[in-house]
Amino acid sequence: MYKKITALAALGALLAAPAVAADKVKIGFVTTITTPAGVIGQDMVDAVNLAVEDIGGKMGGLDVELIIEDDGFKPPIGKQKVDKLVKKDDVDFVAGFIWSHVLLASKKSALDAGKFLISSNAGPSQVAGKQCDKNFFSTSWQNDQTPMAMGEVLNQNGVKSVYVMAPNYAAGKNMIAGVERTFKGEVVGRDLTKWGKDAQLDFSAELAKAKASGAEALWVFYPGKAGGALIKQYEQAGLLGELPLYTVFTVDSIALPKLQAGNLGGVMGSLNTQHWGPDLDNPQNKKFVEGFKKKYGRYPSFYAAQSYDTIFLIKSAVEAVNGNLDDMDGMRAAMEKADFPSTRGKFSYGNNHFPIQNFYLREVVADADGVWTTKIVKTVLENHQDPYAKDCKM
Amino acid sequence: MDWGLFTIQMLNGVQLGVLLFLLAAGLTLVFGIMDFVNLAHGSLYMMGAYFCATLTQVTDSFILGVLLALPLTALLGWLVELIVVRALYTHDHLDHVLATFGLILCFDTAVDFIWGPTGMAIPLPAFLDTHVDLVGGHTFPTFRILIICAGLAVAALLYFLVAHTRIGMLIRAGASNRTMVMALGVDIGKLFALVFAVGAAFAGLAGMLIAPITEASIGMGNEIIIVAFVVIIIGGIGSIKGAFVAAMLVGLIDTMGRSFLDQLLKLFMSSQNAETSAPALSAMAIYVLMAVVLAFRPQGLFPPKVR
Repeated sequence: MYKKITALAALGALLAAPAVAADKVKIGFVTTITTPAGVIGQDMVDAVNLAVEDIGGKMGGLDVELIIEDDGFKPPIGKQKVDKLVKKDDVDFVAGFIWSHVLLASKKSALDAGKFLISSNAGPSQVAGKQCDKNFFSTSWQNDQTPMAMGEVLNQNGVKSVYVMAPNYAAGKNMIAGVERTFKGEVVGRDLTKWGKDAQLDFSAELAKAKASGAEALWVFYPGKAGGALIKQYEQAGLLGELPLYTVFTVDSIALPKLQAGNLGGVMGSLNTQHWGPDLDNPQNKKFVEGFKKKYGRYPSFYAAQSYDTIFLIKSAVEAVNGNLDDMDGMRAAMEKADFPSTRGKFSYGNNHFPIQNFYLREVVADADGVWTTKIVKTVLENHQDPYAKDCKM
Repeated sequence: MDWGLFTIQMLNGVQLGVLLFLLAAGLTLVFGIMDFVNLAHGSLYMMGAYFCATLTQVTDSFILGVLLALPLTALLGWLVELIVVRALYTHDHLDHVLATFGLILCFDTAVDFIWGPTGMAIPLPAFLDTHVDLVGGHTFPTFRILIICAGLAVAALLYFLVAHTRIGMLIRAGASNRTMVMALGVDIGKLFALVFAVGAAFAGLAGMLIAPITEASIGMGNEIIIVAFVVIIIGGIGSIKGAFVAAMLVGLIDTMGRSFLDQLLKLFMSSQNAETSAPALSAMAIYVLMAVVLAFRPQGLFPPKVR
């Protein structure tokens, strides 16, 4: 008898399972959790967890289920994880992605399966231009935009000559191309350093060259641990005060605590450009930064802010169709309006589903508690659209 | 030609060279005397860096951090010899490679577990965290001068130890002919353990000296150990003198390539191509050197004398 009841119950549970699944919004979030880059992924995961908590775990009456996957910094693994998310978990949204090459390798799997794909960081030019897709959205930026803003800052500061340094790989070259797009002065020297698994971390020779070049400023792009190393060596080489440092994606809330622990004051006052800052004055950002600091005891990075936005963008879509997740057209139309509270304030979407937004100049300062962070100095590019949008036929 | 810049780059090359020598010295002794291929030598370099970072933050003094971390790294090396390596001497090289590769994974995982994936910065005392002015308006970081001095001091110490002491004599004899030394009744096991621990301390010292520049991070040793192997192959396996000369050669070639190769290439190709290919070519240069040396002197530049 008992057996029969158990069997019936099991059968009932099986039959009920699809019904249960339908009143859930499933979001697959792909990021890097292992490898030294895992510190970035952790910041993103913390932010989406906080966002889900802040919306009470519900969107348009449906429960939210987050499935976090680790791409291990490798394109093929990222693709595998997306395949698993769309086939096995049958998620409604695939989001995340720190790295452009992982996103490029993974996007087909998600889009061919008819899912929404939302990049919370990576912004390769291909996706913004010729390969744009109606179901792809970005809550970050296109790769060229941030260095373009920095090129403008160099112009505004009257810098006539600059020495540029970046890793020798696709994004490094894009970033240099970006700054050269807007910088009107002369680039007196370029160094592309070895990158990848055995990346060069000692820049003594390059910094000596930069100094000897007679440039008025040094511009660098070094994400991850190379950034901290570069700034340290910049200071040790006595370039502080002689060769002003301008960075993109090098000095952020992930690098700063480590630099502060190492007492590397050289980074103070250095300038970087970004579309967001922890001090950006709008209610959603205040709520986010305060909530994040309260829960995790540190400043969120821009990676975190974009990931937080991702959840609110999805929420706006789900609510617009009253939780009817089969209404893809309705959700897409809602997302195109960008009508959700964003940590960067109001922005709009371009035809290629990349944000049209402001880029700011930020300076590294100590906050009231002595914690190193960034302060927005001014707006450099207003309502800026990426240069690839015109190639997107959509 | 900017001779001031050239001098600075020479100094940078020498600094890289002594760092490589510190790593290669232990590697070549272990490889030369015990005929043991230790891929995990780079892990000891990493452990040295992490020990030093932790102790520096605890004691608030980099010098104290190094002084305390050195014996710790030597002890760790001794333990690794005792627990893992000792059982493998009689096996062939492939087993060594496999086992020490396993050790690398263990060390990397342990570091991730204990210190987390972020990496650690090592704060330097103010008198080291500055630079000295050289002629012609050029400057050079004080800390890199310390690296050069420390490396040269260790080289001198090793030279004295190997050339003028009884232990050194046994080490040299062991590198040339292991069986004969054993036949003479020397406790080769003890000698091996000692050499392994000293080699670990040198590798650890290299890690401690580079970490204030690049941070201590997981896998930092795996990247540089390949270059250290190149150094001992060029220098002649088992030879301290060879390791020193080869380390200097490799350090200078690598740095000079990074400094001036792009300008050289610009003479006969577009500047964009030159800038893209120069880093790849200069990264290749040391392997080309190794290939050339192997072609003409397969035993390396200064092989230990074997009869």
